Amino acid sequence: MIRAKVYVYLKKDILDPQGKAVKHIIGNMGFHRIQDVRVGKYTVLTFDDSVSEEEARQQTNEICRKLLANPVIEEYHFELETLPLGAPAGDG
Amino acid sequence: MANRRKMRFGIVVFPGSNCDRDVYNSVTRILNQEAVYLWHKDHDLNHCDAVVLPGGFSYGDYLRTGAIARFSPIVQEIIDYAEKGGRVLGICNGFQVLLEIGLLPGAMLRNKSLHFICKFVHVRVENSDTLFTSACRKKEVLKIPIAHNEGNYYIDSEGLKALEGNNQVVFRYASPEGQITEAHNPNGSLNHIAGIVNRRGNVLGLMPHPERASEALLGSEDGKKIFRSMVQAFLD
Repeated sequence: MIRAKVYVYLKKDILDPQGKAVKHIIGNMGFHRIQDVRVGKYTVLTFDDSVSEEEARQQTNEICRKLLANPVIEEYHFELETLPLGAPAGDG
Repeated sequence: MANRRKMRFGIVVFPGSNCDRDVYNSVTRILNQEAVYLWHKDHDLNHCDAVVLPGGFSYGDYLRTGAIARFSPIVQEIIDYAEKGGRVLGICNGFQVLLEIGLLPGAMLRNKSLHFICKFVHVRVENSDTLFTSACRKKEVLKIPIAHNEGNYYIDSEGLKALEGNNQVVFRYASPEGQITEAHNPNGSLNHIAGIVNRRGNVLGLMPHPERASEALLGSEDGKKIFRSMVQAFLD
């Protein structure tokens, strides 16, 4: 079965207040060579055994466009991996 | 001929809405109009003359504010209603829902400060020629509270140009005297935008809560002007 690992994050030119705050703290921790921090979201979709890789790709794209990402401010990408048949859905 | 019957407001209730009763109180007890609640699973708007999407945390703000509400059955009805020219007002989370469903352009980012901000602010009426602001004077300053974590309005430069060019920016954060300054922009919102209307003028979204400023007891009556404008437009 196919598992899609989806990453959603703000577009490059949009200020990320969370990332900025995290970068500030990282600086306080003593790491001064971090140039930039962006915070995003990670979602895992596990398809059932009947879904082919091509279907998974197409459906993940549609789910991202319509739900997981807001195209006004966000971009996404995802990776597909193939799991052995009947693998437990929960462990990601 | 002037309309003799009372205006009927439909107030949408999502799981997690929490300003629905405040809106109900404002339009019934204070404005002396009618109101009904519209449950998110409903498939009709119950003959209302305007729809209000109230503030709150619809679906716990999961994923993005307003993102899940978009898939409620009632929302398709609201889209059809708005496309036919129906009056729709989105307050705070309601504004966020209107952005997610595409009835208004743009999106909300987290407040620049990363803080949830709950306080009275002042907004300047930039366009008093809408059915939501006709009871306001030109450039009138209203004192209305905000209460949000994602009110940092964003739209691309082309979209912003269109909004400004078409007079769609209805409210801007301002000083009590009506000055537009960085110090009076609570959340980092682009061009200090606090509320916008669609091109046609029948859909308004704003972050401040007029229902929390509709009687003197609450510290301001300025919010009442928005509901009163809507009632006037209906009666005329």
